[in-house]
Amino acid sequence: MDEILEILEKNARATPAEIAKMLKKNSSSVEKTIKKLEKQGIILGYKAIINRELVRDDDSEVRAIIEVRVAPQKDLGFDRIAQRIYSFPEVKSCYLLSGTYDLLLVVEGKNIHTVSNFVAEKLAPLENVRGTTTHFLLKKYKENGMVLKHKEEHKRIAISY
Amino acid sequence: MISKKVQEMQPSGIRQFFDLVLGMEDVISLGVGEPDFVTPWQIREAGIYSLEEGFTSYTSNKGLYKLRLSISRYLKNKYGLDYCPDNEILITVGVSEGFDLALRALLNQGDKVLIPSPSYVSYGPLVELSGGIPVYINTKEQGFKLTPKNIGKSVDKKVKAIILNYPTNPTGISYTKKELDELKRVILKNKLLCISDEIYGDLTYDFEHTPFAKLSGAKGSTIYLSGFSKSYAMTGWRVGFACGSGEMIAAMTKIHQYTIMCVPITSQMAACEALHTGRKSVEEMKREYKRRREFMVDRLNNLGLKCIKPDGTFYIFASIKKTGMDCLNFAERLLRKEKVAVVPGTAFGKEYSDYIRISYASSYESLKEALVRIERFLKSKGARK
Repeated sequence: MDEILEILEKNARATPAEIAKMLKKNSSSVEKTIKKLEKQGIILGYKAIINRELVRDDDSEVRAIIEVRVAPQKDLGFDRIAQRIYSFPEVKSCYLLSGTYDLLLVVEGKNIHTVSNFVAEKLAPLENVRGTTTHFLLKKYKENGMVLKHKEEHKRIAISY
Repeated sequence: MISKKVQEMQPSGIRQFFDLVLGMEDVISLGVGEPDFVTPWQIREAGIYSLEEGFTSYTSNKGLYKLRLSISRYLKNKYGLDYCPDNEILITVGVSEGFDLALRALLNQGDKVLIPSPSYVSYGPLVELSGGIPVYINTKEQGFKLTPKNIGKSVDKKVKAIILNYPTNPTGISYTKKELDELKRVILKNKLLCISDEIYGDLTYDFEHTPFAKLSGAKGSTIYLSGFSKSYAMTGWRVGFACGSGEMIAAMTKIHQYTIMCVPITSQMAACEALHTGRKSVEEMKREYKRRREFMVDRLNNLGLKCIKPDGTFYIFASIKKTGMDCLNFAERLLRKEKVAVVPGTAFGKEYSDYIRISYASSYESLKEALVRIERFLKSKGARK
């Protein structure tokens, strides 16, 4: 993987000038590469990673993993039905899988009712959907490589040779 | 009550400074001599699993055979070095123990040992404890590089051994194969034994590290010391190894069996895992250090704290000459005013009062903040006399 990507994946706030220094390149060429990566859709965005468990407000959400069995369509396979499903804003992630079911969704809602309503009224009635199984998330331990807990105290002693 | 030898050991002149650092809160420390990464998980897990499985006994004095075998294979694969796991490899409590054993096994009372300076803090005192006399070779004028010429100048009949440490703590300087070959010629010509501390070998950024023992004709008079602390981020596990001729290793093992007995088995088991699955983590950490090096060297030079770009390690030895301050004064003021800790150069030799050692084994964010603080300090009144 490009080293620029490695740096940005760890810290999206690293500026082109900083990256240029780290890699001994000039800043404008780094900027150009980043632009190119954005254009190619390799870099899709820059977001803060927020530990929602610690955010105490009314906007808290529940999350469910939903297995969906669907009937593929002639000439279109799963893509059309997948698109119909992932276009709902409640659907945060959507994957096509091998195995006993076809699509795996990550769905978010304000509370357990919003999510069940989404399943009952939007998802399950779709023509090609054969069945769904909904799992509500109870606790998040790790997400996208980040362990979701408070930063630990530095354990190293401050001075050593 | 205390033995004369120990009474005569020079106490570290910067102890007080360290006590000051340890007593302060919210300090950004660039004074740390160990990685900021924790040991990669699969290595920690192997240690935990070995405890669950009940591996809590002594091992053979030389260390677990499977670890020695793995080290032997690793050295063969990586460098083409041949060390027999049966009698040419000893597992030690870090390089520190291996270094002490080597001196005690080799030195007679009054033997001189050449030490390029600036040097890691324990070399001189340990030579003295073993009855030897340290002879420092100042490398400041040669860009902190040892040259055949300055070895030649320091050799006399009483000199039995030379200590090499590359990449070097505190300067980060290392040597290419060609430079090492030139050093080797003088070392062998004068029949010196070479104790080569290559703990930072894996952290060499611009060229391949060459073990001294790999140079043609050098292996027989070399004790090769390395370990897991720096490259695998395993400082607290205390595992290193010494490689040398059967005769040398047997002599070192004699002392080791009476003093240490063996390295803790948990650490040895974890080290086995490190060699089997840890290479990818080493490469990742190395890339990260290299990027920080570029950033730090550039910024420090821009601030007027001139430094030679290090070839390896995670240290930069920067000159503070332009501030007119002595290193202790500089370090103490910087700490009090801006809460940034660095190691005063005199820790590594009394001639280096114009230098500080900066470690970049800290997160990029901390390094950035530390540099902002150093810049502010340099511009402030506190930095002037």
